Amino acid sequence: MIRVIFAEWRKLRRPTLFLGTLGAALFFTGLTTTFLYLMIDSEQGNSDRGRQVSREVLNLAGGSVYGFASVGGLLGIIALCVFAAQTAQEYTYGTLRNLLVRQPGRVRLLAGKLAAMKIFALLLVAIAAIVSVGLSVALADRAKVSTELWFTSAGYHAIGQTLLNVSISVIYFGIIGMTLGLLLRSPISAISIAVLWILIIENLIGAVKPVTLDWMPGNQLSVIAQGGSPDVSYSHALILGSFYVFIGAMIATVLFSRRDVAN
Amino acid sequence: MPTLAISVKDLSKKYESGFAVSHANFEVPLGTICGFVGPNGAGKTTTIRMLLGLISPTGGTAEILGESINHPEKYLSQVGAMIEGPAFYPALSGVQNLKVLATLGGFPVERVEELITTVGLEGRGDSKYKTYSLGMKQRLGIAAALLPNPRILILDEPTNGLDPEGIQEVRDLLKKLASQGTTVFVSSHLLSELELISEYIVMLRKGEVVFAGQLQELMLSQQPVILVKTQNPADLQRIIEIAKVDGHNATIRSEVAHIEGPENWAGVLNKKAFEAGIVITQLAPQLPNLEETFFEMTGDQR
Repeated sequence: MIRVIFAEWRKLRRPTLFLGTLGAALFFTGLTTTFLYLMIDSEQGNSDRGRQVSREVLNLAGGSVYGFASVGGLLGIIALCVFAAQTAQEYTYGTLRNLLVRQPGRVRLLAGKLAAMKIFALLLVAIAAIVSVGLSVALADRAKVSTELWFTSAGYHAIGQTLLNVSISVIYFGIIGMTLGLLLRSPISAISIAVLWILIIENLIGAVKPVTLDWMPGNQLSVIAQGGSPDVSYSHALILGSFYVFIGAMIATVLFSRRDVAN
Repeated sequence: MPTLAISVKDLSKKYESGFAVSHANFEVPLGTICGFVGPNGAGKTTTIRMLLGLISPTGGTAEILGESINHPEKYLSQVGAMIEGPAFYPALSGVQNLKVLATLGGFPVERVEELITTVGLEGRGDSKYKTYSLGMKQRLGIAAALLPNPRILILDEPTNGLDPEGIQEVRDLLKKLASQGTTVFVSSHLLSELELISEYIVMLRKGEVVFAGQLQELMLSQQPVILVKTQNPADLQRIIEIAKVDGHNATIRSEVAHIEGPENWAGVLNKKAFEAGIVITQLAPQLPNLEETFFEMTGDQR
């Protein structure tokens, strides 16, 4: 499997893809973190969906990674797009047949591709975390937020916990993207359907009937990144999100290992 | 040690619309060049995909180097293939594309530069694949197929998009590989090219094998043809009648009479035509070439 990982990494590390994805991740991370501090006194809110995050909250041990946790859902969508594109393009370019001739173990090929993309996603998450915490420290003074508790043992624990949550969320989003890529065999279809569902349809349904958000897959994965939300508990999101991802991954694996490669 | 490179037994692939390949049987000995021919939609690519483990047969079986196609992992490391044209990542260079496949297959990446030169892409290896012409893409596809230093090389239309010089280079390369012991299984629409290099031929028509064996055997099994031209084209019909009286099938195509008959009957015909007052301007006994045989056997029209 290590050969598959290295082969996939050759594709992932190309500058356009790597720097482009990193740029998008850092843009959203920077934007979210900056707004969190610069709009702290705004009546329109300083967090997602117009929520107000007060100084008292940011003064806590986990304040340094609040911005990073908030952007976790968006990082997940970026990962979803990359995973979906990298998977579905093997069909659209016709390159899957080359890969399978060189690595006929289909499950091994799939697992290797997933492992390489996970490494790619975790690298993005780590860089985004560093940038977000760095920005938070830089903007804390200006927003009159105390950093006293941020680098205590409780603060480091909060950083580690958030890093883990965001990583789980991003990888789950990625697996959903890979599943859609395998099912639809077209990057455009996979990405557009996923993004449309997560960013628009889930929110529309949630606006009409808020209780449905407790069950929506995209919301569960975003809540995992945030470590829980006022509406959905972390454990509920983790269990349900894991269930959705497991089912999706199983369907994709069975289909991929049995389906004829005819293009 | 297996003596056969490819052995196909009753292999079938059936879709809802019908058989793409129906009960195919053929064998390809090791170290030979085997042409794989058939009209579009005859089932060539489906057969090749089954041999490479990309699609599952619905019936029958096949072996590559003595290993069942149900376990492609046991033989694919010794097989190089280009299926239905080259397919690579447009944003990567030719070299990078080959390195992806070399890494995946566990082949030394140092071999990539050597292969780039072998297929005549030196100087363009670092250009992005999307900037390649059709001929260059084809050459890269052949290089990818050669990565494992294969015992069997399976190529689907390798000369598509190549200029005459490129076609000759591919022909020479395949001959060289065969002389070094590589078995080459190649499908092509350029039957004249296949006739020049193939020792074996597998011919498909509507999913069924209509001939599989030595090319020489195929050609000898064909009825020789005597081509006749007359000074007065109106006399061709009389020539046909003379042939039919002697029990030979004959047709007129493009003001030339095509008479099925042995070479020595040409003299008899000449004498009879002279006696009938017909002036013959051309009398040429010949064996049909592969292209003519192909059209004859597959029922395709030129």
